[in-house]
Amino acid sequence: MSKTTRDTEETEEEEAPTTRRGAEALVEGLKQEGVDTMFGITGGAIMPVYDVLYDDDEINHVMMGHEQGAAHAAEAYHSVTGRPGVCLATSGPGATNLITGLADADMDSRSIVAITGQVPTEMIGNDAFQETDMRGVSMPVTKHNYLIKDEDEVPDTVQEAFYVSNTGRPGPVVLDVPKDVSKNDTDAVRSELNVEGYSPNYEGHPRQIKRAAEAIEEADKPLIFAGGGAIMADAADEVRELANENGIPVTTSLQGLGAFPEDNDLSLGMLGMHGTGYANRAVTDCDLLIGIGVRFDDRATGKIESFAPHAKVIHIDIDPAEISKNIHADIPIVGDAKRVVGDINDEMEERDAPDTADWLEKLSEWKEKYPMEYEQEGDDLKPQRVIETLDDKTTDDTIVCTGVGQHQMWAAQWYEYQEPRTWISSGGLGTMGCGLPMTIGAKLAAPDTEVVCIDGDGSFLMTVQELTTAVREELDFTLVIINNYYMGMVRQWQELFQDERYAESELPHLPEFDKIAEAFGAKGWRLTDPENVDEVLDEALEYDGPSVIDAVIDPNENVFPMVPAGSGNDEFIMGKGTQGSRIS
Amino acid sequence: MSKGAPTRRLPTGVREDAVARGADETEYTLSVLVENKPGVLSRVAGLFTRRDFNIDSLAVGETENPEYSRMTIVVEGNDKTVEQVKKQLNKVIPVIKVSDLTDDDSVDRELAMYKVACDPETRGEIMQIANSFRANVVDMGSNAVVVEVTGDTEKVEAFEDMVRQFGIKETVRTGRISLARGEKTTDETGN
Repeated sequence: MSKTTRDTEETEEEEAPTTRRGAEALVEGLKQEGVDTMFGITGGAIMPVYDVLYDDDEINHVMMGHEQGAAHAAEAYHSVTGRPGVCLATSGPGATNLITGLADADMDSRSIVAITGQVPTEMIGNDAFQETDMRGVSMPVTKHNYLIKDEDEVPDTVQEAFYVSNTGRPGPVVLDVPKDVSKNDTDAVRSELNVEGYSPNYEGHPRQIKRAAEAIEEADKPLIFAGGGAIMADAADEVRELANENGIPVTTSLQGLGAFPEDNDLSLGMLGMHGTGYANRAVTDCDLLIGIGVRFDDRATGKIESFAPHAKVIHIDIDPAEISKNIHADIPIVGDAKRVVGDINDEMEERDAPDTADWLEKLSEWKEKYPMEYEQEGDDLKPQRVIETLDDKTTDDTIVCTGVGQHQMWAAQWYEYQEPRTWISSGGLGTMGCGLPMTIGAKLAAPDTEVVCIDGDGSFLMTVQELTTAVREELDFTLVIINNYYMGMVRQWQELFQDERYAESELPHLPEFDKIAEAFGAKGWRLTDPENVDEVLDEALEYDGPSVIDAVIDPNENVFPMVPAGSGNDEFIMGKGTQGSRIS
Repeated sequence: MSKGAPTRRLPTGVREDAVARGADETEYTLSVLVENKPGVLSRVAGLFTRRDFNIDSLAVGETENPEYSRMTIVVEGNDKTVEQVKKQLNKVIPVIKVSDLTDDDSVDRELAMYKVACDPETRGEIMQIANSFRANVVDMGSNAVVVEVTGDTEKVEAFEDMVRQFGIKETVRTGRISLARGEKTTDETGN
């Protein structure tokens, strides 16, 4: 049954196994995996596990307001620490409430282990109270999942779940634990790990590394495109070396923010739908594209037909299925980004760096031609101003979490990211409401680091109940709601592409968020005047506890540059009514 | 920009100036060795649904080692999509090995049963056709016979064409099963 083979000899050497409940074996397994923090909500089928945690003083369990929040907090825990985030929920609705967070982790390759209660084994399939086929429901949105049907399988299954979740391409794993399995006694201990059908490849093929180095040496217009995979593999140093030593400019995906310092002259910022004009020009004109831990998502590539049309593509990824999925890789390299880029750097030491002077000159021209700018008119509060000021007032290692929408794109554009693991957001799934719970997870994972959240009014309201968690846990962070009383990104598309038909995107009856915060026991500010930006941010950052700023911005402000959906990256518009770059 | 006509990519992500090979839709046979565990079939079937891959047929059974099952999956697609199918199958944790038998020398069989309408006059003719296909009559009634036919897809379909004139009341087919020819095992061949 179990894939893990039992090594009896080894277990005999250890102390005689003690008999304990399945739930105790589960918690014991979590500790063996180094779990120190978990996020969850109790309920009927998971009660035996909570009963064990009641006596435990090693694992900090954080009670959340909603299971979705527990999953997002676990995601942020992984993004900050690189270790699996753990969340708990009961069967049925508790388990299904995790699904959005699991799907989010699946899309953004975050290692989380979700432990869900299940009805007792003899009741499975009978539509028992709070029964959901969690294995079936979570299958399409997880890396793998387990239904533990026997208490003797608990130690091995916990071990395997953590291994599968955080090796290779990280991803979410579900452990579904029926109530009787938690309650029954077992003396099983974990044995040697053996997952036959799973063996991620970490070393890049030497021949491909050579080919990549050759291509770099020969390139006139090379460009590095770094993504979330570069950050997860802790490859930021190697990426920096590759860029600096060879004069190669770097653009990043949304999830790649922080993979390369944005104050470096070689940085072009983010590419894609709301990327910089110069990054989108660069990717369109480059003759060699070095993709590192990216999956060529449609928001990054724009229309496939005009994505990097002249470029030879080197694609480095740990997941073989990403290679040539969306963009054909001329030089595919399956492996760990840190090792592969390190190997390429070693290989380049014996070769000449490409002559990129002309290329970099061209990029400087484009930086001047398509600058990132906004207009400060009158008394309107501009989101860019708020975010820029927040950046000025916080250190480089500050962790920035966001929700999803316009505010997220402004946060990506107007805050400068210098270090890896400082940007935590929902990229692939685009999950509104992820901001506050991710902030909580990040702060608990890095209590000594400054954590801020740039949220949207619509996003914030979706998981606002987590303020109770933040207040109870006495978490010190600053959350700025970029409030335009709209589902802003939808409004922007309606304005630009649907004749200003604002179907269900207006939110005129939002509560006063500063008062909402105060009602929860957090501290609230309302910011409407650009004159007060400094003062309010200073106060909020200074306050020791959850600070919520309701920043009421100019509702007509849009996110630019923008590549309209279905257009090529070189057809970006710099503002309303402007033409694509090809024409200008 | 560069010399001559500007380069573009095909919607498949391949540069237009590179040779796009294997772009035609055709049938591929994959042999997939999996752990014999509950839920594996639904993981594999779910993968095809989720990624919008088309399964023509899927046959599954235990192997010589009861810990493993072998699935033979016939999938419609082109080189690029089938490459994705193979890679995605490999990502399913209980999948041990994916072998592509499409271009390899393999033996392919499927089993079909046909319930064919008959009367005393046509019964003999149906049995004659069955004989020539080395098919067996496994049940006989006054108005219908059930014929079992084994062979590759072409043979089974040729048989079906021959008996259609009598009226096929019902059909059941197992889907294709395949093994590599020669000494090497299926898991040692393919790619």
